[in-house]
Amino acid sequence: MSVNVSALRAPGAGKAPVAGFVLGVLVVVGSLALSLAFGGRPTSFEELVHAVFVPDGSVADIAIRELRWPRTLNALAVGACVGVAGCLAQGQTRNPIADPGLLGIYPGAALAIVAGSLLPDGSGTGTYAQAGLAFAGAVIACALVVTVGSATRHGATPLTLVLAGAAVSALAGGVVSLIVLSSDAALDTLRFWQLGSVAARGALLPQLVPLIIVGLVLAVANIGPLNALALGDDTARSLGVSVARARILGLAALAVLAAASVTLAGPLAFAGLLVPHAVRGLVGADYRWQIPGSALFGASLLLLTDTAGRVIARPGELPVGVVLAVVGAPFFIYLARRRRLVTL
Amino acid sequence: MSGAPGLLAPGSRVIRVRTASLVLLPRIAWLSLAALVLLLAAVAGHLMLAGRPVELSQVIAAFLDDPALPRSVRLTVLEFRLPRTIAGAVAGACLAVAGGLTQTVARNPLATPEVLGVTAGASTGAVAVLVLAGAGHGGASGLAAAIGMPVAAAVGALGTGTAVFLLTYRRAQQGFDSMRLVLVGLGAAGLASSITTWLLTLGDVTNASQALTWMMGSLNGKDWGAVVPALLASVPLLAVAGACGRWLLISAFDDDTARSLGLPLGRSRPLLLVLAVLLAAVGTVLAGPVAFVALLCPLAARFAGRTVVPSPGLTALLGAAFVVLSDLVAGFLLPHALPVGVFTTVLGAPVLIALVFRSQRRTP
Repeated sequence: MSVNVSALRAPGAGKAPVAGFVLGVLVVVGSLALSLAFGGRPTSFEELVHAVFVPDGSVADIAIRELRWPRTLNALAVGACVGVAGCLAQGQTRNPIADPGLLGIYPGAALAIVAGSLLPDGSGTGTYAQAGLAFAGAVIACALVVTVGSATRHGATPLTLVLAGAAVSALAGGVVSLIVLSSDAALDTLRFWQLGSVAARGALLPQLVPLIIVGLVLAVANIGPLNALALGDDTARSLGVSVARARILGLAALAVLAAASVTLAGPLAFAGLLVPHAVRGLVGADYRWQIPGSALFGASLLLLTDTAGRVIARPGELPVGVVLAVVGAPFFIYLARRRRLVTL
Repeated sequence: MSGAPGLLAPGSRVIRVRTASLVLLPRIAWLSLAALVLLLAAVAGHLMLAGRPVELSQVIAAFLDDPALPRSVRLTVLEFRLPRTIAGAVAGACLAVAGGLTQTVARNPLATPEVLGVTAGASTGAVAVLVLAGAGHGGASGLAAAIGMPVAAAVGALGTGTAVFLLTYRRAQQGFDSMRLVLVGLGAAGLASSITTWLLTLGDVTNASQALTWMMGSLNGKDWGAVVPALLASVPLLAVAGACGRWLLISAFDDDTARSLGLPLGRSRPLLLVLAVLLAAVGTVLAGPVAFVALLCPLAARFAGRTVVPSPGLTALLGAAFVVLSDLVAGFLLPHALPVGVFTTVLGAPVLIALVFRSQRRTP
């Protein structure tokens, strides 16, 4: 794995992209406003101002404050989590096709969701039950992947982690298929859950905020070691980085953030793949800018795609996962086609 | 191989006929023989046990066209079971070799044909026919199922593959960059699989269930009409893949080394990848995207053969034996019949974990 040294220097290297970050924050704030302003029910600007500053319980107030506000915050949090998680996944494995599902998180959560739908009298299909199940499934799968991946002679290397993740994902996916092929009720639950949506589970955000903060703090603490690991394990070691500790720290952050996002919005793996690539193109390979950039970019991406999904299919809505793929895939392909591909 | 003598394992032999040469690695030869025996045993087992048990002697008699054999047994073996067995072997070989080619050319152990968008595109095509033409209650049937689904799957697979190629190709950079290809493929696969997921939520749950069976990979109801075209398409493709062994070996190096060893990267990479796309399309249209064959069989061939790149022949034999055996167990020996893909997944995962335990190499 060669390191493209020129790529380590961002376009316009040397000066910190402060202006870029101010712009990023502004974009996030703008997307947030758009997400509040547009929804299934058309609302005017006066109604938006009215709802934000002097709410009195009109229909538009309720739509904005009680329907759009929770899902807007949810999209913001999930976007930041998925973006940073994707960045960590690609940085830790130095594999640009890694996504937050690397540690078996999505199939693990799907398995728990499907198993829950088999419980009698539908007790496993409620919003809270699904969130709990998804979280538990994600954490268990992740623990299994890390256990298997570090059981080799050399401990957890990127290759063993990637392969262990693929194996556990496949195993969980196989069991999911096994269940849904024999139960239409389970299939019915799965086919809607796996689209990914920020709409329903916004109310769960307050409970998960501490966890998300822990994940983000761990990710920020991982920035220095990640920059060293980008030069290869051996070089990082010779630079005085404890590779094992850096890896555990980064994987813990990845697990926490990805588990939180899958709990809040279902599987949105594609966002986790797309965001780090876009951000690398904007700020270069330095993780000091990549990690916060991924949080900002992910948040605005999810806010905008969720808003678009509500506007395109009025009065219904397209789930954010579908909009994300339809908008994100061409964008991703455009990124991949650019002349300068920033390598890991 | 005079250009790169250090690449040859000790004990290997080079057979030359004029300018053509063939490198014979004894270990690979023995392993291939063992895999061939395994495949023949699997085929025999499949013909004997797929349904009402038939004696081995009767299977052989059916092949020899023995007039003493009851017509019903002959019909069972040659018309009902043999197409399904061959479908499994062909699909397994095609998917495995496609996986080996992609993994080697992209130099990434996760780069299976799924990454090129081929299987996702095939799924989208087939599921679209199922959901849009399905009759609401029983799923697609008749002409839509017999012709519509394979054709739509083929169109989806080849269309996605072509799109990925065209989007990856840049004349200014001497053709193909393998990382760019993988990324473009991932984008296309993400789009296709997301559309599939969305299509699944549109129709009736019975349609979704039938679609899911297809998406898992299944050999149910394969007859000669489905198998013969796939067989005819796969044989030349596999032969060409086998003939590209040297290119494949040098592809395992980075671009500069490969070029300096005399590999015409501008031609070899597109050719190998077109082969991979076509093989994956044939395998997927025939049996659906049977999981894990493309990921696991080349890795197994590499680890077992202790080579840097999977030998195409060994990979094909392993893939064929894997799918035929899996179909036998999943479809007939288990108390509840399952699509073959469910079983390859559940069986493949522990094998992959075992490979992780044993793996000492860090790079593909």
